[in-house]
Amino acid sequence: MTVLDMRDVRKVYRSGDADIVALDHATVQVEHGEIVALLGPSGSGKTTLLSIAGGLLTPTEGAVVVGGHDISEYDAKQLTEFRRENVGFVFQSVNLVPFLTAEENLLVVDELGGGKGGKAAITRARQLLDELGLGHRLKNLPGQLSGGERQRVAIGRALFNNPKLVLFDEPTSALDTKIGAQVMELIQSEMKARDTAAIIVTHDTRMTTYADRTVHIVDGRLDADAVGADH
Amino acid sequence: MNLPLLELRRQPGRFVVATVVLGFLATLLLFLGGLLDGLYLGSTGAIRAQNADVFVYSESARDSFLRSRITAEQRAAVESAPGVQDVGGLGFVLLGAVIPGEADLADVAVAGYELPPKGVPAPPNDGEGIADSRLQDAGASLGDTLLVGPQRSPITIIGFVDDSSYLLQSTIWVSLSTWRSVQNVNRPDAAVGDTVVQALAVRGTGDLVTSIDTATDGDTKSLTKPEAVLSLPGVKQQKDTFNQIIYSTLAVVLAVVGLFFSLLTLERLGLYGVLKAIGATTRRLFVGVVLQAVVVAVIAFAAGSILALFATAALPASIPLQLTPARFVSTFIGLLVAAVLGSAISLRRVTKVDPASAIGNAS
Repeated sequence: MTVLDMRDVRKVYRSGDADIVALDHATVQVEHGEIVALLGPSGSGKTTLLSIAGGLLTPTEGAVVVGGHDISEYDAKQLTEFRRENVGFVFQSVNLVPFLTAEENLLVVDELGGGKGGKAAITRARQLLDELGLGHRLKNLPGQLSGGERQRVAIGRALFNNPKLVLFDEPTSALDTKIGAQVMELIQSEMKARDTAAIIVTHDTRMTTYADRTVHIVDGRLDADAVGADH
Repeated sequence: MNLPLLELRRQPGRFVVATVVLGFLATLLLFLGGLLDGLYLGSTGAIRAQNADVFVYSESARDSFLRSRITAEQRAAVESAPGVQDVGGLGFVLLGAVIPGEADLADVAVAGYELPPKGVPAPPNDGEGIADSRLQDAGASLGDTLLVGPQRSPITIIGFVDDSSYLLQSTIWVSLSTWRSVQNVNRPDAAVGDTVVQALAVRGTGDLVTSIDTATDGDTKSLTKPEAVLSLPGVKQQKDTFNQIIYSTLAVVLAVVGLFFSLLTLERLGLYGVLKAIGATTRRLFVGVVLQAVVVAVIAFAAGSILALFATAALPASIPLQLTPARFVSTFIGLLVAAVLGSAISLRRVTKVDPASAIGNAS
């Protein structure tokens, strides 16, 4: 079953008198439990594609359907609600709330969804962190965690609401090779265990080995040869 | 879990500077307000204490008790005016008084009356007076005979009453005949006849101001009690001046809060981007900023109040600073409003945070 279905999506930015095409007629599908690596140089449009897939940006043209929701025409308020309930994000840099413990960083998702951080939410957060190997770090602040541990907390946060799709923005760029590989292994196992679809933006070709499929993007265009090539 | 409050609790250092600055501003606001209240209450007590709806002055007195003279004929006209129920004569004279055992002269206002003000009994016997409690601070005691004015007119203190001073001087409430006698002996240039008073305190119903001034054919000018209070020399000017300084200080509070939370918001743009990306609404983030500003203002007010109370206790009694519960409440409300408005300056910035900024450079 298709979790992400982007068809003929364009994103055009206006800069002065010129139009800058960030994404040019991009079509991509991601299935349940599938991990797709999105590979491309800086400025190629991979971030734009990730943002549109996650409901952070709206496309100029084309259709975007995530988990059965056609979000192409959603307004900002609808997109906020959509993201909260359907998509998990793991970002590259500023990521965790610095004054919250590992456990609380997961509970933020519950609170944003109107929850009160009750027993069920706390149990879920602890269980997730335990699975991610952070059972002993529940009460630690991000500043007391290593880079790899912080990314694992971020993964836990992304998975907290059982999203249909998790988007990773260069999740290992701030980590050394060894820790980066461990994080990627964890991402792979967690996504597969939950049958959750994922797109991982990276410019490190070594990380593509953890993906089911690699999609290349250059100048806003998805590489036709690459789409589905590894699938 | 409340993110804004958790941040305040876990990262208090970020808010210390703003809290300290606002705390000092709260102290300053309380000081200014306390001085205003001290001056206002000290100047107007004798008039505020009057059980009267309207005060009647002679038309040419320009709303001054000391310049006003009301004759027996004018009084009769006032008493016959529609709505008038009770009429009492009033007279004030400002003099120095020798208190037994005290080297310095005390400033007093000898006030003749007929209708007893709040807390004051019926007019005493001639030569006796009920003094404002400020005179106790100056060394007077019950039973003391004060020698008043350059002619040393004797007045024996038979009681004390609170909050009844006149133009920051201790009032001594006496009978009208005692007042006339003291006035005529010590201020012969302003002597008054046996039936003359300076003004009338009137109780009644309806539009007393119009009915009285009509009944006297324009020989009198009547003022309501609040108008009479504000017409005392310097009271309105003091009030306006201090209020201007207080409003300016509140504007500084607003600017401090605005600047501080603008900088804090600027620091948090990345975090706000992430929170918006994972589902936080602009409203939630903005309410968080306002909530933090309110908490900072509350803590600053508490600290500023304690500081103001200590500082007030250390001040010499000659400084007319009076911290009233109403002043604490109004300062608290002023600080809260300034904090909310100041933090609202961040609204535009919070609104403009693009959730897409959380990912790479896309926006």
